[in-house]
Amino acid sequence: MSTLPATTAAVTPPRSRNRAWRKFKRNRVAMMGAVIVLAMVVLAIFAPWLATHDPFQTSFMTIRKAPSATFWLGSDELGRDIYSRMLYGAQASLMAGVVSVAIAVVIGVPLGLISGYFGGWIDSIISRFTEALLAIPFLILAIALAAFLEPSLTNAMIAIGVSAAPRFIRLARGQVLAVRSEDYVQSSRALGASDTRIIVRHILPNIMPPLIVQATITIATAIIAEASLSFLGLGLQPPNPSWGSMLNTGKNFMTQAPWMSIFPGSAIFLVVLGFNLLGDGLRDALDPRQEK
Amino acid sequence: MFKIILRRVLVAIPTLILVSLIVFLLQKLLPGDAVLTMAGEERDPAVLEFLRQKYLLDQPWPVQYWAWITNVLQGDLGNSLRTGVPVTTLIAQKLPVTLQLAAMAMFFAILVGVPMGIIAAVRKGTFTEMGANVAALSGMSIPNFWLGILLIMLVSVKWRLLPASGYVPPGEDFWLSMKTMLMPAVVLSSAIAAYLMRHTRSAMLEALNADYVRTARAKGVSSRRVVLLHALRNALMPIITLITLLFGELMAGAVLTEQVFTIPGFGKLIVDAVFTRDYAVVQGVVLCVAVGFIVMNLLADILYILVNPRLRHA
Repeated sequence: MSTLPATTAAVTPPRSRNRAWRKFKRNRVAMMGAVIVLAMVVLAIFAPWLATHDPFQTSFMTIRKAPSATFWLGSDELGRDIYSRMLYGAQASLMAGVVSVAIAVVIGVPLGLISGYFGGWIDSIISRFTEALLAIPFLILAIALAAFLEPSLTNAMIAIGVSAAPRFIRLARGQVLAVRSEDYVQSSRALGASDTRIIVRHILPNIMPPLIVQATITIATAIIAEASLSFLGLGLQPPNPSWGSMLNTGKNFMTQAPWMSIFPGSAIFLVVLGFNLLGDGLRDALDPRQEK
Repeated sequence: MFKIILRRVLVAIPTLILVSLIVFLLQKLLPGDAVLTMAGEERDPAVLEFLRQKYLLDQPWPVQYWAWITNVLQGDLGNSLRTGVPVTTLIAQKLPVTLQLAAMAMFFAILVGVPMGIIAAVRKGTFTEMGANVAALSGMSIPNFWLGILLIMLVSVKWRLLPASGYVPPGEDFWLSMKTMLMPAVVLSSAIAAYLMRHTRSAMLEALNADYVRTARAKGVSSRRVVLLHALRNALMPIITLITLLFGELMAGAVLTEQVFTIPGFGKLIVDAVFTRDYAVVQGVVLCVAVGFIVMNLLADILYILVNPRLRHA
């Protein structure tokens, strides 16, 4: 009994994983997404070394300077270096994306698994609750939660995570329903495996690919959501740099200092595009139904 | 058929109750004493006691919920904590503005997204398809508030073609109203058009691979007729369903668009309420949007049942 899953694990998954990887590597658009994401991660991690200025250093002598050799991407309304602030903003953005999706996965996947596996009244309750949460648009729920929980990056991440959780409940539930009657689930049940063991050891690994794809795409949505909340003043609070809040101040100086809006916005666009491209590529590589 | 519709309507009821419960419980998230937050600067014990009595805050929350929901069902969402104006009056004032914005945005999104999706499906594997895909992904990735800022810089500031902000009711000056709303609507439509394009494309691809399309082609039906009459007709239903589902996306996008273009609509109402800590207004708007979404879904499903012959005769 204990050797059976071990051998199947040793033989089948690596082969299919290799095929998926080869397929992914061939997909140039997806690779471009991966490169963008990777570059952003590197910039965020090495922000303290890559920054040319202190992101908090204000100076009345350097207010709203156009991009130059000293201020690569210009300076803002308080004379702070936009390039350095954007590097630290990348940390906030990526963290918001990853942490809120982690929250959504931790809440959503177990609920979806339970709902799909056990069915019956538990399923009805979880499904009605999911529908109710889905009825409140993502950003509006996040705004409402951020409003009631005091604006901060942590609360923005909680709000985004909670409002994204229904997507994972839905997906996990649907996937469980699809594999619940498969032979390997039936046979391990016949062998007397407990429900927990069946869910964790047999069902979860088999429904991972679509969950990974959904997580990648949701990171893109979460980054836009965090930028939106910060743009509205409900995310990371000043003077901490975040791309969304930089745009919020930038919009007041559209004519005098367009660089204050152009660069942070491009950064959001680029990183979100990167995650979307990556998600699309992963879907093509991991989803066997898409194979021609 | 009526049985199916009736069952669908009945399923919506628990969802509605749960939504109202979620919206109600939001206020329980408030840190500290809710009365102190509501009273603002006021610290008079008599006033605080009055508020506590009024909102039944000394009672357990199910009692408070019951009192709240009975009022809501009678059309009373409470009063704005700041101005004292009934929340329903505020919503009735702002809703038409946002609906105009949303309707115009949806019009542009359908105008661009659906044909682009059809072309991408028909020209599968060509540069045209790749271009359409890249455009759709960009539309999904561009933050609409940034797109709004860029357009204002270009169209309003540089070229001086369209007003950068504000709102004119269509009843006052129809053309000026359309002109002021044009840019916000285009901005709001960007993401929606992208979703529509991607879904149209996959629905069309599926339809084009179906047996009835092969039969039609074998019969010698012209390519144009196959695409527009046979495939599109069958792909249309999932597209219409998606359009109603995108209502939530529209409302969320409107919050940001209205902020960028300073349009006095629904989105501006909720954001301003958040900053003035006007929780009754926040709750009212959230409830309104959620109920709107559920009703839209319900209508989409009923429409689906009505036009789908397989369900109609069930």
